[in-house]
Amino acid sequence: MKKRVPAIEGWFSLDTEKPHLLGSRCTSCKSYFFPKETLFCRNPGCAGREFEEVPLSRSGKVWSFTNNCYQPPPPYVSPDPFVPYAIAAVELEDEKMVVLGQVAAGTDASELKVGMPVELVLEKLFEDEECEYLVWKWKPVSQAEERSHV
Amino acid sequence: MSKEVAILGVGMHPWGKWGRNFVEYGIPACQDALKDAGIEWTDVQFVSGAETVRNGYPGFVSGATFAQALGWSGARVASSYAACASGATSMNAARAQILAGLCDVALVVGADTTPKGFLAPTSGDRPDDPDWLRFRLLGATNPTYFALYARRRMELYGATDKDFAKVKVKNSRHGLSNPNARYRKAFSEEQVLASPMVADPLRLLEICATSDGAAAVVLSSMEFARKRALDPVRVVAISTVTPKYPNTVIEMPNFATDSASSVPLPNAPFRDSIAAAAYEEAGIGPEELDLAEVYDLSSALELDWCEHIGLCKPGEAERLLNDGDTTIGGRIPVNPSGGLACFGEAVPAQAIAQVCELTWQLRGHAGERQVEGARVGLSVNQGLFGHGSAVIVRK
Ligand SMILES: [Zn+2]
Repeated sequence: MKKRVPAIEGWFSLDTEKPHLLGSRCTSCKSYFFPKETLFCRNPGCAGREFEEVPLSRSGKVWSFTNNCYQPPPPYVSPDPFVPYAIAAVELEDEKMVVLGQVAAGTDASELKVGMPVELVLEKLFEDEECEYLVWKWKPVSQAEERSHV
Repeated sequence: MSKEVAILGVGMHPWGKWGRNFVEYGIPACQDALKDAGIEWTDVQFVSGAETVRNGYPGFVSGATFAQALGWSGARVASSYAACASGATSMNAARAQILAGLCDVALVVGADTTPKGFLAPTSGDRPDDPDWLRFRLLGATNPTYFALYARRRMELYGATDKDFAKVKVKNSRHGLSNPNARYRKAFSEEQVLASPMVADPLRLLEICATSDGAAAVVLSSMEFARKRALDPVRVVAISTVTPKYPNTVIEMPNFATDSASSVPLPNAPFRDSIAAAAYEEAGIGPEELDLAEVYDLSSALELDWCEHIGLCKPGEAERLLNDGDTTIGGRIPVNPSGGLACFGEAVPAQAIAQVCELTWQLRGHAGERQVEGARVGLSVNQGLFGHGSAVIVRK
């Protein structure tokens, strides 16, 4: 089996069961940032320069979505042949921010609705001879699963 | 002190796709604008170039590139880049020079040559650049973002794919007689809806192409214009605002919005604030507009812009469209030039081209696409990385 490595370092935890995106939080004003802000707080009313790494909520609600029907240009590494895939913008309630991600394989855009609950999973983005490169994706939470979370 | 400047002359090179050197497009646009202004190149004291980032060093220093091509004259120069808003930024640089009394006459120019297909990030591995990373990690092209806005419109306001197609139909008719437009073909709703899906719900005929093209304007002080007994169209406002934190709408090329968890939302979202700043500067409101040129990167986005510039309330743009209000002859024609639907996008030239169209309309020189009695016009667009752009011109 190929080695599984993140497609980008430090953007998400590698917990395959319950992965989290890794953001940062200003220790002064408590604003969240994703990807991590580490130098200067972007809140214009805050002079904060210290940040803590925080896992972001791993579930949220669909803000909007689309289906990429054409192969994106490089540096996207596309499977051959290209298979259309969905992208969702997801609202995280606690962080009050919207985060983009591909939608997990096997979910068609036609199955998505604004407001639908989704959760974070890790899936393969692309692979080479040695490694599979992982990225975060959004996956609809089935209603049964949703109830079991309560 | 008056904050107005005169538009002495405008010029464009037609939009198309030839892949030639961008200077070949820009020079004829400059020459047309100078001729239209009735001045010589050597009368220009300040050259303001909108940059192109796809044409190497000459593109980065476009102001100087055009000054050299027109013949070094000692004019002062600046070049600006603000993505799609570059034209407005470079007009604003020229306006500031004039209003500060540092020069009387300025030439503003933008020209571009674009590659085929999706606009891709500049090459090389750049894992610190969000514009590179959004392609790498998400495959999020520009149409991906347009589609997210369009889909949200459908889900929030009940917009339909037919509404989106009708925008393209309207603009394709507006641009039919425009000699500078790249696409001069009337499309039917059926044709639009039969074109291939690119980024659901947007189809190929609803997404703006990338084009070659150039536009130029000659701006002057009001005093300079009056001395020549000219009664010119005037620029009365240029907005180049950035967002206010937290910006909670997902914007190209970002992965996430700002967080609103600890700072309250600003009074108006970014896109509303772009035109609002121009209205405030001009001392007018949207009800005084006779026409608008808005950035229809997608058919659906034109509907968003109608609301962002205050032509109607959120969720009402489909009604405005379907009532014919935004068609030439209607209450407030939108994109009488044919918009990006007929031009495609030549990034640094586009905001300047919008102002060329407003000028022709206000002069009554727009031919078959003339908006009768137009006296006040607004153009609006937005550049990647938080660049607002809106210009108000009046007779
Ligand atoms: Zn802070």
